[in-house]
Amino acid sequence: MNARALNLIGLGLVGVIGIAFLVLVPRFFELDVVLEFTVYMIMAILALSLALIWGYGGILCFGQSAFFGLGAYTYAIAMFNIGESTVPLLLAVIVPAAFAALLGYFMFYGRISDVYLGVITLTVTLILFNSINSTAGPEFHIGSARLGGFNGIPGIPPLNVPGNKRAPIDLEGMFYLATAALLATYFGLRLLLASRFGRIIVGIRENERRAELLGYDPRAYKLATFTIGGALAGFAGCLFANWGNFVSPTIFGLAQSAQIIIWVIVGGRGTLIGPIVGCIGIQWLTTALGANQPSGGSDWWAKIFANAPLIFGIILIAFVLLVPKGLVPTLGDIGQSLLASRGKEAKRLQPKRAEEG
Amino acid sequence: MAAPLLQTQDLSMHFGGVRAVLHVNFSLAEGELRCLIGPNGAGKSTFFKMLTGQLEPTHGRVLFRGQDISHAHAHDIARLGIGIKTQVPSVFDGLSVRENIWLAANRLHSRDEARRVVDEMLARVGLTEAAERLVGQLAHGQRQWVELGLVLATDPKLILLDEPAAGMTHEEVNKTAELVREINRTKALIVVEHDMQFIRMIAKQVTVFNQGSVLVEDTVENIMRNPQVRDIYLGKQAAA
Repeated sequence: MNARALNLIGLGLVGVIGIAFLVLVPRFFELDVVLEFTVYMIMAILALSLALIWGYGGILCFGQSAFFGLGAYTYAIAMFNIGESTVPLLLAVIVPAAFAALLGYFMFYGRISDVYLGVITLTVTLILFNSINSTAGPEFHIGSARLGGFNGIPGIPPLNVPGNKRAPIDLEGMFYLATAALLATYFGLRLLLASRFGRIIVGIRENERRAELLGYDPRAYKLATFTIGGALAGFAGCLFANWGNFVSPTIFGLAQSAQIIIWVIVGGRGTLIGPIVGCIGIQWLTTALGANQPSGGSDWWAKIFANAPLIFGIILIAFVLLVPKGLVPTLGDIGQSLLASRGKEAKRLQPKRAEEG
Repeated sequence: MAAPLLQTQDLSMHFGGVRAVLHVNFSLAEGELRCLIGPNGAGKSTFFKMLTGQLEPTHGRVLFRGQDISHAHAHDIARLGIGIKTQVPSVFDGLSVRENIWLAANRLHSRDEARRVVDEMLARVGLTEAAERLVGQLAHGQRQWVELGLVLATDPKLILLDEPAAGMTHEEVNKTAELVREINRTKALIVVEHDMQFIRMIAKQVTVFNQGSVLVEDTVENIMRNPQVRDIYLGKQAAA
């Protein structure tokens, strides 16, 4: 079986599983589980945004949460001022994208090298965290939206059917929307990566100097990739603000930024399905660990297992040391070597059969 | 005489106190094939890097078809038509041979045309069989061919080859010399090489670099007889 056929089967499989998930979950699960799944889908879009930037663009961005948070805040602020969700939704994509473009312009055209990209992006998100965190007073407002500082912005109005603000999207509707958006993002990115643009950014990731000597300007391609990633993260942020009707500065925090990186490392850099799997797996684990909060007993095992950051740290180190390629690529390798060894056996057997015949 | 394809005027490159290239005035005619020789550290690779925009010269100018490209970006110079095959193959190791060549052909051609050019180029550098393999898994010699295919697929007017025959078997050297002569039918070339046998197979005119400057420029025969040239090579051997 050649790579192209495997590719198509993979795509089909993702489509079938995705649609089955979309249709079946609300029928078979209670609303609280559906809500939980909704946030997984939203975070998976965020994971995909970093999968594109880092996994395919080779841009180490430690501050993907900056665009995520900007998307959420932009939506919230615009919603309180406008009241109908079409424009706020668009703004929640455009503002983070424009911010990514501006930041990216200075980073890529300033020829800042890989490690410093990580430092700068992390610093940017922490600056946003601190800035928003200190806007608690009533004097901090944009139009009729109070920023709320560390208290965050509660009671954000939900998305409505475009053009009709009397038809808000309910909780189940949000599940459908988030899942469909994730599928659309996944397939959209597959298309993008199969296009000329996608193949060139992968070339630049592989060998930037060579790409340059072939006549491509890596700065422009990286900037475009970074901007698309910022837009996607902003979109995820908008959905997230809808999901909880609430946004607070922790969205820009270190924990949030680190999580996105862990999703991509665990799932596998250089794939799209990997970061989705990593994201959903880790989030599910977070929920499961959170459910086992010890009730003041002296069982210290229970206490360790309830300490989510500790568990994540162990998972991260284990993956970096033992499964450096991440879950999905490693499983792919194992599958391929199994296929190859079967293929070899078949080849070895063939001449025999011919002789027998 | 027609205007030169490439010209450098007083070209110099300093790294701190180290003068890697010093006052080089070099000229190459349209369609010419020139060899550059000189001991290690003579400034040949630095010279190539300035011609391709990988280094910005400290002094002097590089003119390509009369246009000053001394401070142009590497990708702009590539688009003007200068291609380079580096000493250590610079290829896309994580991608297939076909994808490598495609990345070169894509910039110039439409979708279908690019596909055709890629197939042609794969046949020309003898890698049709290996087209779907990852370049990182190929032997050194094959990776050299991949890089040559990359450069040719961008259809440059001038090709710089940095030690194309290094690490090749005798047979491969012959094949490379043949290919270089074939390329020279349509394109100008500057070839850096140590192997004098190889140089005799391809070049008429040779430029000798020593300590960052042009020592002498002459025909292959005269260069081989030149006692000064022999000295700098023998001196190098004696030191080694």
